[in-house]
Amino acid sequence: MSQPLIDPPGQDDPGVQLLTPGGRRVADPGHPLDVDLPTVQGLLRDMTLLRRFDSEATALQRQGELGLWASCLGQEAAQVGAGRALAPADFAFTSYREHGVAWCRGIRPTQMLRFWRGSAHGGWDPRAAGMGNYTVIIGAQALHAVGYAMGIQRDGADAAAMAFFGDGATSQGDVAEAFTFAAVSSAPVVFFCQNNQWAISEPLSRQTRVPLWQRAHGFGFPGVRVDGNDVLAVLAVTRAALAQARAGGGPTLIEAFTYRMAAHTTSDDPSRYRDAAEVDQWRARDPLLRVERYLRAEGVGDAWFDDLGAEADDLAEGIRSGARALPDTDPLAVFDLVYAEPHPAMARQQAELAAHLASFTGPREPG
Amino acid sequence: MSEPGGTTTLALGAAINAGLRQAMDDDPRVLVLGEDVGRLGGVFRVTDGLQKDFGGDRVVDTPLAESGIVGAAIGLAVRGYRPVCEIQFDGFVYPAFDQVVSQLAKLRTRSGGTLAMPVVIRIPYGGGIGAVEHHSESNESYFVHTAGLRVVACSSPADGYRMIQEAVRSDDPVVFYEPKRRYWEKGPVRLGPAADDLPLHRARVVRPGTDATVVAHGAMVRVALDAAEAARAEGRSLEVVDLRSLSPLDLPTLVDSARRTRRVVVVHEAPRTLGLGAEIAAELADACFYELEAPVQRVTGYDVPYPPSRVEEDFLPDLDRVLDAVDRTFGY
Ligand SMILES: Cc1ncc(C[n+]2csc(CCOP(=O)(O)OP(=O)(O)O)c2C)c(N)n1
Ligand SMILES: [Mg+2]
Repeated sequence: MSQPLIDPPGQDDPGVQLLTPGGRRVADPGHPLDVDLPTVQGLLRDMTLLRRFDSEATALQRQGELGLWASCLGQEAAQVGAGRALAPADFAFTSYREHGVAWCRGIRPTQMLRFWRGSAHGGWDPRAAGMGNYTVIIGAQALHAVGYAMGIQRDGADAAAMAFFGDGATSQGDVAEAFTFAAVSSAPVVFFCQNNQWAISEPLSRQTRVPLWQRAHGFGFPGVRVDGNDVLAVLAVTRAALAQARAGGGPTLIEAFTYRMAAHTTSDDPSRYRDAAEVDQWRARDPLLRVERYLRAEGVGDAWFDDLGAEADDLAEGIRSGARALPDTDPLAVFDLVYAEPHPAMARQQAELAAHLASFTGPREPG
Repeated sequence: MSEPGGTTTLALGAAINAGLRQAMDDDPRVLVLGEDVGRLGGVFRVTDGLQKDFGGDRVVDTPLAESGIVGAAIGLAVRGYRPVCEIQFDGFVYPAFDQVVSQLAKLRTRSGGTLAMPVVIRIPYGGGIGAVEHHSESNESYFVHTAGLRVVACSSPADGYRMIQEAVRSDDPVVFYEPKRRYWEKGPVRLGPAADDLPLHRARVVRPGTDATVVAHGAMVRVALDAAEAARAEGRSLEVVDLRSLSPLDLPTLVDSARRTRRVVVVHEAPRTLGLGAEIAAELADACFYELEAPVQRVTGYDVPYPPSRVEEDFLPDLDRVLDAVDRTFGY
């Protein structure tokens, strides 16, 4: 009976595009974008620094300084385009891979690395940053975004929430429930699905028989596919969806069509399940290269790119030294984080661990 | 590998793989369902090669949805199949919690005893591997607390190989805990049928002793054995009991050991409150109160969300905490 794996139709359609892989600016009447050159330079700066951060983090993991790293290589345009579309009053709920969104929210790389180093479960104050914790449990954050949006609605505020998740996450009940809640309440929320074609070893065809953006229609709100490797298109489409949400127009599902260029995480070995040729094909659609081509054609010279390279070098140096210097959680402080009000078991067990730790004079034996 | 019936050396993960393979060979109704279990062979490679050898109909890379995996397994069981579900990590079982607790566990009762639920839910569990949050939990108590489920934990390659086959043969749902940090530890495994082996729901005295009993399961069995070795140097003889079955508990074996040594320490990574230690202490107090020299002591995880990995060693029960607890039983 074995059913073959069938790709959803339209896998050859990258969606809305405003900048071709060759770096040519194209117009899309349904998705206008008014950006000046410095703005485009700013987007390339974000993506370049993000990519440098990402490769430093991968290296730090290899050196044993991080426990794990989930690379966003190849997804810089999707994350920066969406991240820069967010306004300060908006709020992002993400998975574990949206380092680019965190960057755009002003969260420093070393704050993000606290999580990946194993120093803490969270590295920033979500309310202050306008971005929730990394969410490892697949799809859970989609509902959080909807609830936050329901709050915005009640406050009458000029803001929107945004949920980031992957193609695999669209199979989770939580994501379907989030779509339903958002639809029936017309919540000011934008669902931003980075379809990077893989959920660890499982290709998209394991999750869907229809293009993901089309799922929105069944729930009663608009869906759109955007070239996730085109930062200008992502910015345009996301800005429009957020504006519509803030104006009371309800939710939108954006499918950012992109590719996970690296392993799922540093623990993964993609050679077991995908062809290098597929990766090579996507390399030709690199999200940074097309912006560089465009900028050079617009007359931005070597000096600007050299400065950017130097800035990336500085960032990398800061990340290397900063990551090694990150303080670990004080084990005893773990007990202080669990409840708002005093809890007798916490006090008792904290004292117990304190006595245990104090009893060591020499080095510990691992368990 | 060696001949069926021969003894070979396997790591725990490979031994469970061999046991699953045997179970699938023995019964064509056995299926494997889970995320990344097919082409990749699971993130821990426990299902490595099974899809290649048994095909995509029997080893299914499912959509990314745990409620879907368990719910579909229930339907397959109604249809006469024997699904083995893999939950990728301990912390990812909760999306399936409703299907496990309200459906899987209760369908026999709810159908007036007519529906069997021969479903196995494999869960790599526990800490000590330096992982990010949700990857190091010991959540067995939720399932032990749920009537209708059987819950077991293997600790050695030999048991992994044997117990997974017995779990698959069970007509009741079995939650099968695998101590992920021991996946790479090797031990002897006797392949092929073994009618004389310990039944699934019996505990095993893995080290006999006379002065105190240390009860453990999964990854903590090794910690208990190390503590027993250290205690020997101090002139104390510790007996180590590997629970193997968490529900039902093998009370006769526990009571027998407690009566002989008169002192009991229960070790688990799971949080303390309402953990197995509490249950075992209550049962032993009932069964042999006057023969005990001291209250049953517990060495457990603390009642906190599993801590960040760089401090996890401070939170996991270790040899020193076990020995301290043994000392306490001598202090009464
Ligand atoms: C509830 C739950 N189940 C399983 C996992 C294990 N897991 C982590 S990432 C992942 C794949 C996610 O794929 P996708 O949603 O496409 O996001 P991507 O990793 O590609 O960014 C899986 C199965 C998890 N973290 N949470
Ligand atoms: Mg994906």
